This record gives sequence, C-alpha cells and structure tokens, in this order.
Amino acid sequence: MTDRDQTFDKVAELIAPFNKKEIALTEETSFAGDLEWDSLTVMDFVAAIEDEFDILITMNMQAEIETVGQLVDAVEELRNDG
Amino acid sequence: MTESPRNAMDPAEETQIGRGGPRDLFSKFDPLIEERQALLDTGVRDPFAIVMDEVLSPTLAIIKGKETILLGTYNYMGMTFDPDVVAAGKQALDEFGAGTTGSRVLNGTYQGHKACEDALKDFYGTRHAMVFSTGYQANLGLMSTIAGKEDYIILDADSHASIYDGCALGNAQIVRFRHNSVEDLEKRLRRLPAEGGRLVVLEGVYSMLGDIAPLKEMVEVSKRHGAMVAVDEAHGMGFFGKNGRGVFEEAGVEDQVDFVVGTFSKSVGTVGGFIVSNHPKFEVLRLVCRPYVFTASLPPSVVATAATSIRKLKDAGAKREHLWKNSRRLHQGLRQLGFDLATEDAQSAIIAVLLPDQEATVRMWQALIEQGLYVNMARPPATPAGMYLLRCSLCADHTDEQVGQILEMFAAAGRATGCIS
Repeated sequence: MTDRDQTFDKVAELIAPFNKKEIALTEETSFAGDLEWDSLTVMDFVAAIEDEFDILITMNMQAEIETVGQLVDAVEELRNDG
Repeated sequence: MTESPRNAMDPAEETQIGRGGPRDLFSKFDPLIEERQALLDTGVRDPFAIVMDEVLSPTLAIIKGKETILLGTYNYMGMTFDPDVVAAGKQALDEFGAGTTGSRVLNGTYQGHKACEDALKDFYGTRHAMVFSTGYQANLGLMSTIAGKEDYIILDADSHASIYDGCALGNAQIVRFRHNSVEDLEKRLRRLPAEGGRLVVLEGVYSMLGDIAPLKEMVEVSKRHGAMVAVDEAHGMGFFGKNGRGVFEEAGVEDQVDFVVGTFSKSVGTVGGFIVSNHPKFEVLRLVCRPYVFTASLPPSVVATAATSIRKLKDAGAKREHLWKNSRRLHQGLRQLGFDLATEDAQSAIIAVLLPDQEATVRMWQALIEQGLYVNMARPPATPAGMYLLRCSLCADHTDEQVGQILEMFAAAGRATGCIS
C-alpha cells in the first residue's frame, strides 16, 4: 500500500461521520455535488483533516478542492512540504 | 472546499439550457424565492420587511399604526435622540451642507472629519484614528489591505460577513479556527510557515448569540506566535471596560491589540466606521486602502453627531450601568419563563432566544410584533450552526417598566405559540 493509498483511507475514515447518505467514495466523489455538504460541514471536516495530518488547508486552497482525490493530493503535498 | 448550493437546482432549468439561449441570471435565486413565498403563503407577516412609520425615541416606534417597543436595534446607549447629538448634526448641516461629494483623500475631508478622528483618539487613547463611511467598509479595508499574498489572516469561524468579505477582496491566505477556541487558534498558529506576516482577527462580542470572546487568552496566544491582532468592537463599544472602549479593555489587553475596528451605527447612534491604532506607519493606510479612497466621505452632519456622541459616551457611566441591569434582568426573566437562551448568562446587551425551526421562530416573532414588541429574527446562513433565533438587543433607555412589559409579552407569545408551557 502506497503512502497515497494510506492517506486516501484516512481521508475516507474522516469523511464517514459526515457522509449521511453513505455515498461510496472514489477519487471523483465531489464534496458539493455528491456529498451535498454545506459550509458548516465543510468547516468541521476541514478542521478534522487539519488536526489529523497536522497541516493547514487555507480557505484559498479549499476553494480549489472539489473532489476527494484532489483533497488527498493536497494533503500529500502539504505533508511533504512540512 | 466548495459547498453545495442551498437547494438542488430545478431540473427544468437544465432543459432550458438544453433548448439553447442563455439562462436568466436570476434563476439561481429561485429556491430562495420559493422558500420565502411558501413562508408568506402561511399568512405570516414578512419579518424582513418591517417599516418604522414613526420613531418616537430610541426604544419606541410606530409600526402599522401600533406603538411598538424596539428590542431589535443596535441602539445600545440610546444616543440617536440625545439633544446634544441632534443639535450638533443640525448645526453642521447648516454650516457645511448636506454632503461632501468626495473621497476623504480628495475634497471629502472637512474639519468635522478631523474632529471626529480626534474624538476617537481621545476615547481610545490611541495615536491614530481613521474614519470610514461604514463599519463594513472599515473591515473590508483592513482585511484587504494589511495582508498581502504571502501573509496569513487567521479568523474565528463565526466572524462577521464584513471580515470574510474583506478577506475575499484581498489576496492573503485565510485560515479559520473553531469559534472562541483558544486551543484551536493556537494549533493553527503553530502550523503556520515561519515566513509571511500574521493577523489574527477577533470580535469582542459575537453579534448573533451575544457571546464574548476570551480575549485575554486569545491575544496572549496570538502575540506569543508573533501575530498582529485586530479586534472588532462593533457590539462592545460604549459599555465594556472602565472607559467603555470594549471587551478588549475589560480583558486588560489594550496594550497588545494592534487595531480596533468599530462602527458609529451601534452605540454611537449614527452611521460610519473606524479603525484606531498606535502603529507608527498606520497613516499610510489612507493612501492604499481602497474602501477608504474610492468612496465618498460621510456627510458633515453625520461626523458631527458621531463626534458629539463619542465624547458623551466616555462619561456615560450611569447609562452603562442601567444597560447591564436591563440585560441581566431580561436574561434571567426569559430563562425563568422557560425559554432556551444562547448564553449561560447575560454576556453582552444581546440576548438570543433559541427556537427549534423556522416555523416556530416566525410564529413567535409574529406573536410578539402583534403585541407591540419588535425583535430580530435571525436564520441560517447569518446564524452559526444552522440556528433559528429571536435576537433581543437592549438599550440603556429601556425603562424598568418596559423590561417588565417585554417579559409579559414574551410570556404571552410563548404560551400562545406553544414555545413554552
């Protein structure tokens, strides 16, 4: 299992409590369209991701992230930067 | 992360696109228009379309022919009808005319604008003061100008729209922390890269729930991590701290706060905004701050009323005391009636009553207005955590008798709507 796979699994685990409709997660699953998250859910979820990986995802970055795959890539990049 | 629109789009619109031709730009508001219509169809009055036909005093107005107690204004210190304030405005109107027709940096700075900035410097004990046309623009100006692309703004998740909009107007990197959590703020400050400037943005009083920030702890943490600190005292000016400067004064952190942002449209009783600071380079903002430069300055009568009001607020100890008494009594009285309140105790002049949903909130609001009591109805997205609430804000001019009437009206409305037993 690659580091990226492990990150994907961890992200999926953190999505679970907010995945009310139990949508099956893929790289392409989108936060707005598929998971239908509102701004409050996004805030809570981002805080959980930040604390798990000890990173910061600025609101500027959040605006560019639409899918689970893009989030996993961003987390990977931020961890390697730190 | 992008978020979902409030309601899924109507499939009919897709068909329209399919037929060719551009879509009506207003179609994105259809879900909101429908939701509002459905609410009004139930026969309630529109909580967002109240007209004050006459205003009798800071606490009384005529609405649809009925004398109504105002419990949903930001007129905390009751300065709107203060005789000295009104006289100063009339005199300035006579002597300087109706408006300046110009920017502060061109033809829009009169002696009254300087006098108003002097009153602010005296009130806050700072070296610099800058007056904006509204409080919204003061926040817009500070956030968008002070932090550049390489800098970080760290803000409370429940920050006012003007703070968020200022961030959106600028280029800084924006980081949010959980509302009022010192621990969450510190975690985020620790994770920031060493390079780049840092501005932590806090509010003394958060206006939706009326809760106050733990400023002593938050400012300490921010300073330890090398950040500048801005505190918005919109809802704290006039009645917190020995001199009425705000929550930051009461918290004893005056010497560590870099910028205080405020407004004239609450305790001061007119309209306008400001930033005060001791930073030696502060004055340069007058040249680079677009929401300051590219708009007309306040009319002479407005700055004259503001300056007079600010000078009076400094020594308004008796009014302050009465406002706090009113706030504590309303909080305790509503709790005893069985209402669910947003804060454990009366932390500010705002008491927010929590209700389960939109329908109960509107019914309760309507029952109050029909008896002659105006409160604010607030709903998502303006409120945190999807709350529905009736927000009461007290005035130093509410008499003991009025507070008694307010409690009686809440009791009757609460029982009539089944919100309390």
